This record gives sequence, structure tokens and C-alpha cells, in this order.
Amino acid sequence: MSMIKKLTASALVAFGLSTSGALAAGATDTHIEDFDFSFEGPFGTYDVNQLQRGLQVYTEICSACHGLKFVPLRTLGDEGGPMLPEEQVIEYSKQYEVYDAELDDFREAVPTDHFPESNLETAPDLSLMAKKRAGFHGPYGLGINQFFKGIGGPEYIASLLVGYTGEEKEQAGVVFYENTAFPGGWIAMAPPLYGDDVEYADGHSTDLHHLSEDVSAFLMWTAEPKMMARKQAGFAGVIFLTILAVLLYLTNKRIWAPVKRRMKEEN
Amino acid sequence: MSGIPHDHYEPTSNGEKWLHRRLPVVGLLYDTLMIPTPKNLNWMWIWGIVLTFCLALQIITGIVLVMHYTPDVDLAFSSVEHIMRNVNGGHMLRYMHANGASLFFIAVYAHIFRGLYYGSYKAPREVTWIIGMLIYLLMMATAFMGYVLPWGQMSFWGATVITGLFGAIPFVGDTLQTFLLGGPAVDNATLTRFFSLHYLFPFLIAGLVILHIWAFHTTGNNNPTGVEVRRGSKEEAEKDTLPFWPYFVIKDLFALAVILAVFFAVVGFMPNYLGHPDNYIEANPLATPAHIVPEWYFLPFYAILRAFTSDVWVVIIAETLTGGIIDAKFFGVLAMFGAIAVMAAVPWLDTSNVRSGRYRPMFKWWFALLVVDFFALMWLGAMPAEEPYATFSLIASAYWFAYFLVILPLLGVIEKPLPQPATIEEDYKAHYAKNVGGTKTIVEPAE
Repeated sequence: MSMIKKLTASALVAFGLSTSGALAAGATDTHIEDFDFSFEGPFGTYDVNQLQRGLQVYTEICSACHGLKFVPLRTLGDEGGPMLPEEQVIEYSKQYEVYDAELDDFREAVPTDHFPESNLETAPDLSLMAKKRAGFHGPYGLGINQFFKGIGGPEYIASLLVGYTGEEKEQAGVVFYENTAFPGGWIAMAPPLYGDDVEYADGHSTDLHHLSEDVSAFLMWTAEPKMMARKQAGFAGVIFLTILAVLLYLTNKRIWAPVKRRMKEEN
Repeated sequence: MSGIPHDHYEPTSNGEKWLHRRLPVVGLLYDTLMIPTPKNLNWMWIWGIVLTFCLALQIITGIVLVMHYTPDVDLAFSSVEHIMRNVNGGHMLRYMHANGASLFFIAVYAHIFRGLYYGSYKAPREVTWIIGMLIYLLMMATAFMGYVLPWGQMSFWGATVITGLFGAIPFVGDTLQTFLLGGPAVDNATLTRFFSLHYLFPFLIAGLVILHIWAFHTTGNNNPTGVEVRRGSKEEAEKDTLPFWPYFVIKDLFALAVILAVFFAVVGFMPNYLGHPDNYIEANPLATPAHIVPEWYFLPFYAILRAFTSDVWVVIIAETLTGGIIDAKFFGVLAMFGAIAVMAAVPWLDTSNVRSGRYRPMFKWWFALLVVDFFALMWLGAMPAEEPYATFSLIASAYWFAYFLVILPLLGVIEKPLPQPATIEEDYKAHYAKNVGGTKTIVEPAE
């Protein structure tokens, strides 16, 4: 294609022949539901009960295959997290076996250990899953949706968990399941949740939608355990700097006032 | 230090006199702080302070981060998670450092485009401009190597793509690429040398910043009129200027506080907005991400790099003329570095003897188009390499070069500039005359 032809072609496109269609072609056709999480926005916080329910879903279902290798077990007791009491953290840790290099053997985990790695080689570690996926994109690669809705990692996880259509297909001996949230539409993971897979002590609903929401919130915490402290620091910073800016504004005005007065008098 | 006549430091106490005879460092600080500065500087002259602050912020947060980071392919990623989870305040340090890089580039682009509009690059400030361009190049190198350190997928593949550019250089490319990587591919040797240089370069930048300031303190600041400060006598100079302290220090600090309030909102509430989710996936040499996208501040030049594909006529001509030595890949590399080179050469490409864009009726429009072009390129750099983006990129890249190589040289000849004020004082007074007339006087804090 010659330069002139290219110029003409693009000029036509630019002047409104088929702009929207051409630009949208790059987008994927997956569906990410905008779940309403408690931790969204500058004022959003984690819901401790939800994190504990999510931990239960992870422990009873997900942990069969997926690990959380970057998450220290002791942080389950941290402020701004699931806030389990100390004894519970110790009890909880005991269910995991970890390899101890000093003993050259496996032993019961203690709170200072991390969650184990994935049991299945094909199952990705979930520690950072809520930050390594983007649920929302665009429009036109401008990132505006992410500005208003957030990047959408937890929404992606929840949408994936509720996104199974029930269709299956076999390819080269591997079964794939159709999923409306997964890029490409077919995922190797069998539907992990159907609803009522666990029993909550607090009587919260255990339908598929709620289970997915709870475990996604928990995984947001594993990915960003210091989110609450960060937002508090953000507020402190913004408020402090706003006051400082006002004071500097007034100082500046005062310093320049005689200069400006002189200018007006001379005019 | 300055060419503009002004009062110099006189030691008063015995202690000051003692020190001054041996090392006139207080005098140096005094002259630097009290430099006569044009009264009429507008709000686009605040970016220098913001940039100085950014450099300090990056160095200080960086030094603390290094205390907890491990430059090793097996440990780098988890050491970053260690900083995020276990180090006291580590998550804030890392997010400030990562977003600090973005603030640094926002400020440097605003600073560069201010210089381009008000003709700050023109004689006698060419050396200031060239040093500034060197700082900008070092900033890009530093930011690029810093992005490799967390050892995520974008770190790894970004490093692979960018070092691959050097591999495109004819004859020496492969050797050069191996030298940069410390081996045949991105690996531990690459990570450790990038870490070392990422720590070194900011101090080189700091050295160049001192030269940059020294250079423009010698020539004096440019200003929105582009008219020089009168230097006949101290009295004359004082009509055009005010000392940097306190008038501009306080003004700049006010602007800095406003910008930092926004910065803290980003760090506190959306620290990953400007990053790429893929970089939270640990580097995997066996899995290439679907789209390898550099950080936003590299996108305009990345778009230029990708724009020149093998079916573009200039590339075909270059390839034919050089017998294949300049292929599409190398042409792209030349275009990318050329895009920065033409910007660096602008003092000698702009033929107009009017400095400020304010008095150049035609220039204004071409400049506005350059700003639009820059943002268009930034957007195109993030888009997949397919139609229609490829063609758009080509047009936008062509304009970038045309602006510096054709439009600026021609405008100086064909444009009829508007009358300029005789002095800075005249412009400053005229500004207030406009405001005095109405019933309600709008007084801006520092114009």
C-alpha cells in the first residue's frame, strides 16, 4: 500500500466512516459483571465477616488445588484483614503441611509460615490474582472505565466463578468448560462452586453468587493486605497537603500583594 | 553567578567572614536563592521545582526500598511482595516510588512543552536545553531499568523487547545486545546490572540538574514574553525582576503542594491505575504476554518505533539504498531515537527570531497540533499493531518529524510575528491594567 493510499484511507476512517466499529474490534467479548464490593472507592473498607467467609470458601474448596504462597498465615490475624483471634490463627495453620529445610522434612505449619504453594502445577497461585487480572478496559484503550469502576480484578474472579454456561468440550484429551468471563471462552478448570458448597456459621446466603463474591473479596485482601492502611495514609496525606496548600496560597498572596499594588498605582 | 546585576552576599559576622574567606559556600547558596527572576513568570514555570522534588522523592524512597529488595531472578518478585506485606510502611514506599516515576514524567513533559512553546531553547539557552535533553534520556533509561526490577511479566518482556532494539543495529547489534544483557537472553545478569545502573543513574541526573540550573542561572530565566531582562544597571534589572526567594519559592511550593495532594490521592486510592496488571505475574521466559505494552510515558516513542513497518515507502527506499543494512526494524529504532534527536536539535531548527509563541500567530496552531499529536501517539502506542492504528501511527509520527524538520524552519521565514513588548515591566503592567478596569478585580496570586 502506498503512502498516499494509506493517507487517503485513514483520512476516510478518521472522518467518520466506520470509526467506532474499527476501534472496538480489539476488545474482547468476555462479560465481567460489576460486583458491588465493600472495599471500592476511597472510602471503601474490607468487610471482616466477608473476608472470614471468603477464607472459609478458599480453605474448603480452592485450596485443594490453588496455593497462596506469598501470604504469611500470621497475617490472618492482622488489623485490616480477616482479624482471626491468635488461637484461631494457630489452629488454622495446623491443617497445612510445610517443608522445613532445617528438619529436611514436612511438619505442621505455624503462623510464621506462609500458605502452601499450589498442589496442582496447572493451578495458578492465587496470592495476587485480584491484582494480576483486569476486569475492565477501555473505552478505546483510554482507561476511563478503570478510573470509575476500578481495575476490576476481584470482579473478574467473581464473574469467572459465576460465568460457567454448563457447556463442555474435549480437546486433545483435556476437558474445557465454557465460561463467559474467561478470555477465549473456554477454561480448563471445572466449575469449582455450584452454590451451597460450604456452610456459613453466620447464616449468610450460600448461593453461587454470594460464595463467589466472598471468595473474591478474600482474594482481594490476599493481593492487597495493606489496603486499609494505604487509604488512611492517603487521606492523611491529602488533608495535610490541602491545608498546607491553603496556607501557602495565603502566604503567596500576601508576599505578592505589595508588588501588585505598586503595579496598579503606576498604571 | 548570574549575568543579571544584583546584590551579592556580604558576610557580616566574624564566623561568616572566616568561612567566606576559606569556602564561599554561603555566598553560592545566597546568589542561587536570590537570583533575579522575571516578575511575569506564569504557572508553567513551576515544573522545575516539581521535578527537583520528584528526583529527591525517588532517591529517598529508592534508597529505603533497596534495603529490602533482592536483585536475583528467584527472589526479586517475592522480595517485592515482602516489601508490600512485611516491611513497615513498605507498601506506601513502593507505591510512592512507582507512581513517583509517573509524576516525574508528567512534570518533565509539561516542562519540555513549556520550553517548546515559549522558545526557552533559543539562544542563549541552548546549553540548558541540551543538558535538559540529556537528563530526559537518563530519566527514560532509569525508569526502564527500574520497571525491570520487580521481575514481573512486563518487566521481563519489556526488557526483552527494548534490548532487542539494540540488536537491530547493523554489524554491532548482536554484540551490543549481549553486552547489555550480560548473556544471550534476559536473565540474572541482566537483572543485576540493571539494578546497579538504576541506582547509579539518578545521581548522574542530580549532577546534570546542577549543570542545568547553573546554565540557566548564567543566562537568566526565559519568561512568557521571551523578552530579555534589562541588564544595564541594577535599578533597571530590578524593574523587570524579583528575587527568587521568597516570591517564586513560595509560589512554586504552593503549586507543589496542590500537585502532591493529587499525587497522594493516586497513591492512596488507586496506586495500580497507571501500572499494568501483568506485572503482578512473576516473570516467565516461556510465556509471552498477549500484548507487551511499555509504561505510559514511553508510549509516544513506542508508537513511532512501531509505525515504520516494511511496507512504508520511506522504509523501502532506505532499505534499497543501503542494500538492506537499514531494514524496517532498524529504521524504527532510528525513528524512535531520531524523534528525540530532532527535539534536542530544535535550537538550530527554529529559524524565527521571536522567542515566545505568544507573539507568533501561525506557530501557535502548529504547536497546538504538536501537543495533540503527542497525546495521539501516546494512545496509539498502547493499541495493538494493526489497522487502523498502524496508519494513524504513521501519520502522527510523520507530523512529529515534520514539525521539527519542516514547519519550524519554514515558519521563521514566512510568519509575520506580532509586536512584542519592549520590556518585561511593560508586559507586567499591561497585565494589571487589564484587571484594574472592571468593578471586580481578579487578582491571581502570582502572575
